[in-house]
Parts: sequence; structure tokens; C-alpha cells
Amino acid sequence: MTVVREPLWDDAPRTKMRGVLRHLASFAAALGFAAHIMAESFAYFPSVLCRRLSRRELMNQLYITGIRTLPVVTVVSLFTGMILALQVGLELRRFNQEIYLGAAVMISLIREMAPFSCGMCLAACVGSAIAAELGTMKVNDEVAALEIMSISPIRFLAAPRILALVLMAPLLGFFCCVVGTMGGGIVGATQLGVDFEQYIASALSIAETKDLFVGLLKSLVFGIVIGTVSVEEGFATDLGATGVGRSTQRSVIVGFLLILMFGYMITRVCYQ
Amino acid sequence: MSLIRFENVVKKFNGFAVLDGVTFDVQKGEVLAVVGPSGTGKSVTLKHLVRLLTPTSGRVLVDGVDVASCSDRELAKIRSRIGYLFQGGALLAWMNVADNVALPLRECTNLGEREIEKRVNAALEAVELTAAAEKYPAEISGGMQKRAGLARAIVRESDVVLYDEPTSGLDPVTSVTINRLIRKLNRTLGITSVVVTHDLQGALAIADRILLLKGGKVLECSSPQEFVQSANPAVKEFLAAMKGEIK
Repeated sequence: MTVVREPLWDDAPRTKMRGVLRHLASFAAALGFAAHIMAESFAYFPSVLCRRLSRRELMNQLYITGIRTLPVVTVVSLFTGMILALQVGLELRRFNQEIYLGAAVMISLIREMAPFSCGMCLAACVGSAIAAELGTMKVNDEVAALEIMSISPIRFLAAPRILALVLMAPLLGFFCCVVGTMGGGIVGATQLGVDFEQYIASALSIAETKDLFVGLLKSLVFGIVIGTVSVEEGFATDLGATGVGRSTQRSVIVGFLLILMFGYMITRVCYQ
Repeated sequence: MSLIRFENVVKKFNGFAVLDGVTFDVQKGEVLAVVGPSGTGKSVTLKHLVRLLTPTSGRVLVDGVDVASCSDRELAKIRSRIGYLFQGGALLAWMNVADNVALPLRECTNLGEREIEKRVNAALEAVELTAAAEKYPAEISGGMQKRAGLARAIVRESDVVLYDEPTSGLDPVTSVTINRLIRKLNRTLGITSVVVTHDLQGALAIADRILLLKGGKVLECSSPQEFVQSANPAVKEFLAAMKGEIK
């Protein structure tokens, strides 16, 4: 399957109904294209590790995804933990139950908020950059040039980016959880009078291995979703600079929506 | 049998026929220059040869294989025989010029690094770009990017090279160098070339035949001598317009 594709129709729809049907068919085609990108990228993961150029690109993407997003992820997760601790702590204080602050913050973070905030950061920082970069390459004929050279753009461009997100998203999700818990501890100690050691003991007492694995699973799924959506949007770009802007915007919006939907579905499957 | 054959190709965009029944052949080892006003479907014609576009109707044959309907494997085989120079060069921004030129060799052949380096140096020398080998596309001019793209198109020693405006945006001296190179590749290696160009003087100098495309139709396809002496009013009008530009 080629990445450089022509529009499905080369004429304008004659009726409104036909226009609606074409929109639906285009949506279905985009879904199929995204599924194809994901499946083919997974199949190419071994070759990314074996080929020198792809390995170099993977290292570059790991740096962009893992290291360059660290400041944003740190600030977002720190404040997420602090806000959680403040909101929950004020309610717990009413019932003199501040000792459970660590447990409440930890359970929220590890199950939901850490993967969620990490996913949002990745969609905004990395997904948008991937869509913009690939979109620019598409409108500059660089993707077409790769296809003509019989170099699969999915192997050469998509697979290293998606693999980097697959590897980094769970690590960043875990990092978010740790930093968020620390942030909650700081608020607990400075504003709610909760002893930091007591806070940590409470947090660790509630966390189960299952919670950790579900959190990591969510981060992993979010990484795959963000990678696939942003690559698909990048490859689907047309109409020059306007198209690049549109693809970038769409990759973030669709990424956010899918993170929420998949987050809910995983929670439902794992905890109900 | 001709190497490339367009059979009554029609290509429509939003209901408008950019190509309207285009038919022509390119023989093995021939240089065909496609000329005509802007927006008449010259680049569109070229893109059909590597299935970047598919015809609304009609057939495009490369060595007897219908490009539009062949399998992905057959398409990869056809593409591996074709070098393509895009209008803007289409270089990858994160690789330097030498790595860009080496890309098809590293990714699609089993050649060793020493042989790749040798071929890359030869290709860069041919387009007079050796000094810029270590530079990145953003650090060189548009004309140099185009020459780097040309080096990448010829480095695989393909049977066919498709040139999309190879001399536009280049200074006259470099344009002559590029035109000479196209002719040299054709004479020494027998590379079949399709050159889409606005440079009529260049086309007259390098082409075995010149094809005039206007309004999506082939109005003339003849040797350079016949082309300049043609009684076809469309050719006369085109030649007069080109002369007018020069004046």
C-alpha cells in the first residue's frame, strides 16, 4: 500500500446526500489507513533496530520523545499531584482523615491522572511535531521521493516514531506518577500538615501491582494511539502550508479524544 | 517495443481534464522533452509514470507493464529502474547532501560503504556539488538543492530518469551544465530520459524529440529540427512566445 494517495474522487459530489456519503467513506478510508500504518509499523519494528539509518532515526526520536518533553511532563505532573493533594486534602481535613492523603493521591495518579497527563503532553508536544514534520515532507514531495526510491515511508519514517512513543510513553507515565506523588507530598507537608514520611507510607500501602500495570498499559496504548494518529495525519496532508497547519491541529484534537476514549475503555475492562 | 507508452490517457481533477487523451511513446535510450505553457499537465504526465497519479482513463505502460493496475511488487520493480528529479529537489532535511544522495544505495542495494562513497562522489562531481557534500539542504541554495536531487536521481544508474524542470531556478551556466549532463548520461549509459522543461533552448539541445502539451492534449511530437520548422500554428505560437520572452 502506498502512502502518497490520490483523493478518492476526482469530481465534486452532485447531491448533498452523495457529499455526506463521501465524507463517511473518507472517514472509513482514513481509519483503514491508520490501522494499516499501525500494523505495518509494528511489523517493521525489528528492521528499525537492524538498519543503521533507521536506528539513528530511532535514537533521535527517543531523544525528542523522552528527553525533550521531560520539562513539560515534569511541570504538568507536579502540578497535577499538587492540585489533587490540595483538593482531596481539604475534604479529608473536614473529617480529620489527612493521613489518607497519600493513598488518595497515589490511587488517582497511578490509575488515571499520570497516564492521562503524560498522554496529553505527548500528544501536544510530540504528536503535533510528528504531524507537522511529516506533513511538510509530504507537501514538499519528500515522501513521494522515498516511495519512488522504493523506500517504504512507513518503515523509514513512521516505524521509528511510533516505536519511540511505544518505548517512552510507559516510562514517562511512570515518571509522571512519581513526580505527581512528590508534588502531592509537598502540598501535604507545607499546607495540610501531613508528615511527608506518613504521606509516602500511605501512598505505598494502597498501590497494587495491578494498578501499576494498568497505568503502564494505558500509557503504552496512548503512545501507540498518538503515534498512529499523528503519522496518519502527517501522511494525509495536502494543500501546502494550510494543510500542514490543519493536520497538526487535527492530530492533537483526535489524539486528545482517543486518549479519553481509550482511557475509559481500559478502566472499564480492568476495574469492572 | 517502446519503453514508455501513454495510451489515450485522461486525468481529471475536480471534473476538469488536465490530460485529455494523451498518447505518445518513448523509445529505449531516447531523450523526450515535454514542453508547454504552465498548468498544461507536464508534471502530471511525469507522475503517472511512477504511479504518484493514476489515469482517470487510458493506460500508462512502462516496459509493457500497466503502471496503474500492476501489483505493488511489480510497481516496486518499475520504480527501482526509474530515477526522478522533483521540482524542488525533495531532499530529506535531516540528512546532509552526501547522505541524501547515498540514501537509495544504502536502503535499496547491498553495496558496501566504500562503493557507495565512490558512487556518491561521482554523482556529486557530475553535478558539481562536491564542495557541498557535508552541508544540509537548509544551508544550500534552491539551485544546489535541485542539483543534489539530480545526483540522487542518477546515483543508482537507473534505466530511466524523469526530470521535472531540471533547470528552472538555475543560473545559465549551471543550466547548461545540467543539460550537458542529461545528454551525457543518455549517450554514455543509454539512459532513457523524459524531461519536463520550460527551457526551450535546453530542450532543443538535448532532446531527440520534443512534445508540446497544451490544454491537456499533445499538439506536436517531433525532432528538434522538425519542431522549429513546424507549420503547426500551436508550435509557431509557442516558439513566438518563447522568443518574445527572450527579447
